[in-house]
Amino acid sequence: MSIFRSTIPDVATEEPMVQLLGPDGTRTPHEQLDAVLEEADLATPERLRGYYRDMVMIRAADLEATSLQRQGQLGLWASALGQEAAQIGAGHASREQDYLVPTYREHGVAWARGIEPWRLLEMFRGVSHGGWDPNELRTHPYMIVLGSQAPHAVGYAMGLQRDGVVGTGDAETDTAVLALFGDGASSEGEVSESFTFAASFQAPVVFYTQNNQWAISVPTSVQSRVPLAQRSRGWGIPSVRVDGNDVLAVLGAVRSALDSARAGKGPVFVESLTYRMAAHTTSDDASRYRPAAEEQEWAERDPILRLRRHLEQLGEIDEAFVARCDEEAHDLAMQLHHHIHGMEDPDPVHMFDHPYAEPHPIVDAEREEYLAYVAQFEDEEEGGR
Amino acid sequence: MSTSTATTTLPIAKAITAGLRDAMTADDKVLLMGEDIGPLGGVFRVTDGLHAEFGSQRVVDTPLAEAGIVGTAVGLAVRGYRPVVEIQFDGFVFPAFNQITTQVAKMHNRTSGRVNMPLVIRIPHGGGIGAVEHHSESPETYFAHTAGLRILAPATSHDAYWMTRQAIESEDPVIMLEPKRRYWVKGDVDMDHRPELSPWQAAVVRPGTDATVLAWGPSMPLVLESAEAAAAEGIDLEVIDARSLAPVDYPTIADSVRRTGRLLIVHEASVLGGLGGEIAARISEQCFYHLEAPVLRVGGYHLPYPPARMEHAFLPDLDRVLDGVDRLLEH
Ligand SMILES: Cc1ncc(C[n+]2csc(CCOP(=O)(O)OP(=O)(O)O)c2C)c(N)n1
Repeated sequence: MSIFRSTIPDVATEEPMVQLLGPDGTRTPHEQLDAVLEEADLATPERLRGYYRDMVMIRAADLEATSLQRQGQLGLWASALGQEAAQIGAGHASREQDYLVPTYREHGVAWARGIEPWRLLEMFRGVSHGGWDPNELRTHPYMIVLGSQAPHAVGYAMGLQRDGVVGTGDAETDTAVLALFGDGASSEGEVSESFTFAASFQAPVVFYTQNNQWAISVPTSVQSRVPLAQRSRGWGIPSVRVDGNDVLAVLGAVRSALDSARAGKGPVFVESLTYRMAAHTTSDDASRYRPAAEEQEWAERDPILRLRRHLEQLGEIDEAFVARCDEEAHDLAMQLHHHIHGMEDPDPVHMFDHPYAEPHPIVDAEREEYLAYVAQFEDEEEGGR
Repeated sequence: MSTSTATTTLPIAKAITAGLRDAMTADDKVLLMGEDIGPLGGVFRVTDGLHAEFGSQRVVDTPLAEAGIVGTAVGLAVRGYRPVVEIQFDGFVFPAFNQITTQVAKMHNRTSGRVNMPLVIRIPHGGGIGAVEHHSESPETYFAHTAGLRILAPATSHDAYWMTRQAIESEDPVIMLEPKRRYWVKGDVDMDHRPELSPWQAAVVRPGTDATVLAWGPSMPLVLESAEAAAAEGIDLEVIDARSLAPVDYPTIADSVRRTGRLLIVHEASVLGGLGGEIAARISEQCFYHLEAPVLRVGGYHLPYPPARMEHAFLPDLDRVLDGVDRLLEH
């Protein structure tokens, strides 16, 4: 039986959670997901070490970003601490040709897609509204208006259908979209509308929610009376809940969901249960609304520690590897630090660069007006005022 | 429990809190709804303490859905409640735009006056806080263009307190644009005496003779500062705080312009299609023979609000206001 369920149990709170790695690192076999992981060689010891390294790297970048914000180098930072497995797993589950549609806290997903962390920091520093080429990296810009990206994901998937790159049976050709949004964002109307469109058109899209328990100060229970995973089933979209702190469960479930979407079997929804270990952003104070004991409880389920324990059980990790990862992570943090500190502020005239794709007389006129206005001060300075 | 004492000094944010508290105490039909407004007290702490004081039936942490927040507030209003809705940031009001423009604005008219919409939509607005995208918008024109809505834009603590009370008391829907970058600026509030000035009237906050400068909300400290700087150069500016953006108090503005012969309008929103354009047109009609110069505007460019490290060039500042004054006086 597939992990993707279509029915809602009588007692709606009874939603099983797929887990391959227990908090102590113990591996539980799983027929469907083991087959998926094996087929694509996604769980070899070398791969596992790679995920470990990825998670260590992205956590170091995240912590560095927080201190850069404290130093006044970033306006804001939204930390993804605790969500590394949920993000690295989902990012690596996608194939290169897939299109990913993130929100604003998807630093691990971005890392897995090859987006350098400084490009993320650019946005939080306030030098750009989006730092990469979505077509080149097949990753949509970070989106801040909650839920508004979900219909984009479905529309992109509808385009894939028209391009004939769904259900051909060729692994290099078949393409799907991964749409990411939070538990809070799942309440937005656009997410419901996206479910409707995706189901009606059987679009090749996988909806992926990191249920990190909190939408700023509001617990998930305010967003949904039933496990989020069950929501989509009323739309006819099969779904599963996975342990989001278990990189293998995430990887297997999302890969399996994407495979199904690529094969032309329509949308799938994956709820990934995890925890936002830091405050909502550097502007937030989580102690105002959640108990420290809860944070402590989740710290014990740390996704990085879990994978390391698993690797230790397999005898596939040694001190030297761990130390090398830490060193590389430290180097990455230092690079980020210097890169951001050395980043010049853009000339504001660049704000006139891209409001339209084609020339626009009003923008052109205002740009000239702006330049003339600025020049006036330069003249004054030269005149020795 | 009323917090009122004769005159107190409060930041704008806390004056709004006091206004909400006193309105809730005065009328148990008043309830607050929004994202994170409960135990957290809102991301700007404007509802701080109110959840503890009034409970979760009256201070409601809603699911994260603006169309739902405003739409259910409409239903509550039909049922006799006076909902005060908080939109977390200006850029997040748009999921509720349909409810605001097609429902909130039109219900009274649709029902031939049988159903009132006494609801308040509080929106922290404007830029200058170094934020990421969608946190610095000035959406007033969208709402001012929609018949059926009223808009208040307090610029001082005193107005913030009383406009909160008066918006809640209004039988029409009111959008309160709160000047977020001035939330922590302190000012005197007299909570015991209702102001004589109606909230729908503009206020001449600095008398002058050479030209009139009109602004509102977050731009008020800037234009007052500009007037001081101009005074040092011998230019005497009259400064008006519009206070209400829908309706705009044309008699007060026209009266001033007839005396000074010149008008400069300053706002953060794009000049193109901004509220300043409508005001300029009306004042030109009403004061044509008194005008000694065309009505000028200083505001944002026809651009998406830029990233934080460029926003200083987008927002009106002292130099741009004074440059506008110079151009006005050249005529
Ligand atoms: C439409 C909209 N409304 C409100 C906000 C303000 N806001 C930013 S993040 C957030 C909470 C989001 O929670 P969730 O979707 O669970 O994602 P998380 O932040 O936990 O990753 C809120 C209310 C927004 N960005 N967009």
